[in-house]
Amino acid sequence: MIFSKRTSPYVSGKQDVSSIMRQVLYALIPGTAVLIWYFGWGMLSNLVLAIVFAELLEWGMLTLRQRPVRPFLSDYSAVVTAWLLAVAMPAFSPWWLIAIAMIFAIVIAKHLYGGLGYNPFNPAMVGYAAVLVSYPVQMTIWPAPVDFSVVHIDLGQTLQHVFAGSAQGWDALSAATPLDAVKVSLSLNKPLSDIYATGQFGLLAGQAWEWVSLAWLLGGLWLLWQRIIGWQIPVALLGTLALMASVFWLIDAQAYASPLFHLFSGAAMLGAFFIATDPVSASTTPTGKLFYAGGIGLFTYIIRTWGGYPDAIAFSVIIMNMAVPLLDYYTQPRVYGTKRGLQG
Amino acid sequence: MIQTLHKLWRNHGGLHLDYHKEDSNAAPVRHLPMAEELIIPLQQHSGYKPTLTVKAGDYVYKGQEIASHTGFMKVPLHASTSGTITAIEERPIAHPSGLSDLCIILKPDGKDDWDNARMLAYPNPSQVDGEILRQRICAAGIVGMGGAVFPAAIKLNVHDNIPIETLVINGAECEPYITCDDRLMREKPVEILRGVQIMMHIIATQRCLIGIEDNKPEAIAAMQAAREELGDQRIEIIPIPTLYPSGSEKQLIKILTGKEVPSGGRPATIGIVCHNPATARAIYRAVVLGEPLIDRYLTITGKGVAQPCNVEVPLGTPIQHLIAHSGGYTPAAKRLAMGGPMMGISLHTDQIPVVKATNCILVSDIPESEQQPALPCIRCGRCAEACPANLLPQQLYWHSRARDFDKAEQYHLFDCIECGCCAYVCPSHIRLVDYYRFAKAEIRTQRDAKTKANIARERHDFHQERLERAKREKAEKLAKHKAQAQTTTDDGKKAAIQAALERAKAKKAEAAAQTTTGETTE
Ligand code: SF4
Ligand code: SF4
Repeated sequence: MIFSKRTSPYVSGKQDVSSIMRQVLYALIPGTAVLIWYFGWGMLSNLVLAIVFAELLEWGMLTLRQRPVRPFLSDYSAVVTAWLLAVAMPAFSPWWLIAIAMIFAIVIAKHLYGGLGYNPFNPAMVGYAAVLVSYPVQMTIWPAPVDFSVVHIDLGQTLQHVFAGSAQGWDALSAATPLDAVKVSLSLNKPLSDIYATGQFGLLAGQAWEWVSLAWLLGGLWLLWQRIIGWQIPVALLGTLALMASVFWLIDAQAYASPLFHLFSGAAMLGAFFIATDPVSASTTPTGKLFYAGGIGLFTYIIRTWGGYPDAIAFSVIIMNMAVPLLDYYTQPRVYGTKRGLQG
Repeated sequence: MIQTLHKLWRNHGGLHLDYHKEDSNAAPVRHLPMAEELIIPLQQHSGYKPTLTVKAGDYVYKGQEIASHTGFMKVPLHASTSGTITAIEERPIAHPSGLSDLCIILKPDGKDDWDNARMLAYPNPSQVDGEILRQRICAAGIVGMGGAVFPAAIKLNVHDNIPIETLVINGAECEPYITCDDRLMREKPVEILRGVQIMMHIIATQRCLIGIEDNKPEAIAAMQAAREELGDQRIEIIPIPTLYPSGSEKQLIKILTGKEVPSGGRPATIGIVCHNPATARAIYRAVVLGEPLIDRYLTITGKGVAQPCNVEVPLGTPIQHLIAHSGGYTPAAKRLAMGGPMMGISLHTDQIPVVKATNCILVSDIPESEQQPALPCIRCGRCAEACPANLLPQQLYWHSRARDFDKAEQYHLFDCIECGCCAYVCPSHIRLVDYYRFAKAEIRTQRDAKTKANIARERHDFHQERLERAKREKAEKLAKHKAQAQTTTDDGKKAAIQAALERAKAKKAEAAAQTTTGETTE
């Protein structure tokens, strides 16, 4: 009898790229559901548009680059990128804004660098940063997070806004995000207690937003539990952010927001569990991951507090992406039977 | 079970696998009818081939030497049973390359007759000089039977400058499916321990640690009981957590002693010698019974065999014969390997025989995941988490693939034990270990080429130097001769010149005297 030959090992584990990406998508569901609860069709349209654009662009680029389409399309990595962008962008984003973001993410940040596995920068964050810098106005108009059932914006209105531009009275619905509000007020030298008194703040951070963050946290903990992500990145990112916030908050609680506010505002939770953990663009060594995520936490605090943008996860991730080769090189683990460090 | 309080250390990484041990470990070892012909490859261990001492047509007794050892690293071969050598020819052997190699073909006569081929027995080995016992182990053809097939006698050759503190016996058997050491420890624990005592005597050590993974409680109990029976306080039976690859020599040493074998070094450099239980038993039989290594325990298992089991068979038995006596193949039989699913060698045919290194015949199906194409590395780091050597497999892969071998070596390529953990966990299904094997082979070839080139260059230089020296010597000689000749001729010349001058003077004087213009002559 003749047997087919193969090199060892002959068995393999159960995780593959598409199963990992699928689990990430599952873990995104709670946070997304809360967003949909508050923003209704506006968040759904973001999501659908982003995914459609992402898959089209992925398909187009794979075809252009003459790569096998099926294994790569079914790896769900483009869907994850699209999903992350969709939930990071303001609800009811116009279609062209999403399209531009996706082009930056999929075409430029991913495929022009060589596709899955080769991109040094986090595609979703490149897309996000690109549109944030180019269209700061559109990117900072979040509609007020209202209970979906209270102010009803139906599908027709949504589509009209997304594809044909603003309907009348639309602006009235928009509101500053808590991070924005804090930033603006502080720049006017108002003490934080005044801002908190406006009533758009909940127990942890902004009303509604704290629920979104809690839902991201829930999904993230599930990913940890499923061993899809390691503890290093979320712990180091949130830890550094909280540490920085605590130090300044203890110095002057009226001029600096509390650590809880920082952890539960903006994209901190989403970033810690879903964005910074993107394996391709993160550091791969255990120690490197600590520095990488710690750096993101640090820059996020710095940019949020003293920089020109209310939220800073995207920029911080991109900055730390640049440091990855260096981090990887200098944080190599000690190999069995050797002294620490590189050989020779 | 007696709980030992021995402190254990942890290695980095490792995997919990599906072990499938119960497929084959329930029943006692079986003895099969003799095969039609035995195929004994001449080369069974790393190093050089032994020299043939029989020819086609010879009749041999069981245990008779059929290839002899001369010199370092050479281990003899013995007839596994009595019969006639029908041929000495190339046959397929168990090698990753799938190539054929020279084999001795023995047709058994069914008598299984030792005649007087047994060697002199030493019933009381502790009374015998260690070096004599070591020679015996070599003469009995014993190699490491856990798969490494390094000549056992060489491992037991200790040097005075590094005393051996600890003998480690590797009963971990961490690869899935394989259970032959498990059965051996259950069935022959006293023989194993007596072999251990012989080794301790040879290397003059007072401590032996026997590590057994805790998924083998019966083996642990049997070994504990045998130790009580022998009453040897120097030997400790230590259950260790089941975690692949704890049975890798380096990893086991760390688990049991906390020491790490230095990169590129041998355990002996840190005062440790490591052997396998099957080797220990073979040593017992060689020394106390005078029997060379001609048979072994092995596991026949996997989805592809109808009745997985353990057998004790003569070396040279073709795999086909083993399968036929294990209920034959099942429809799932698609892949044949010698060894376990993580590190075994894939074979293309079942005509290949059992050799000293064969601990398992694994017949498996082809898992679905294999049909998936490899995707690019997503740098997820799962490979690094799993690596027991604490390497960065993704970096090794990257540099090996780019043929940047210097970089790969900087990332400690040669500390990779090829355990396959990284490839097992890789979600992109990259055949990582293949890249390491490739890179190692390339580097070795380059090094060989370099050494060869160096040797050639040295030779050339030497030759050149010799030529030069010869030339120089010749030249010197010549110069000497010339010098000698010169001195003589010089004198002559001087005399001639002198004479000429004098003649000229005389002429001048003559001319002056004759008042004629004599300038033209000058
Ligand atoms: S496990 Fe595979 S995909 Fe992940 S880092 Fe290692 S080689 Fe890359
Ligand atoms: S095969 Fe080599 S690199 Fe891979 S896990 Fe084993 S030791 Fe590490």
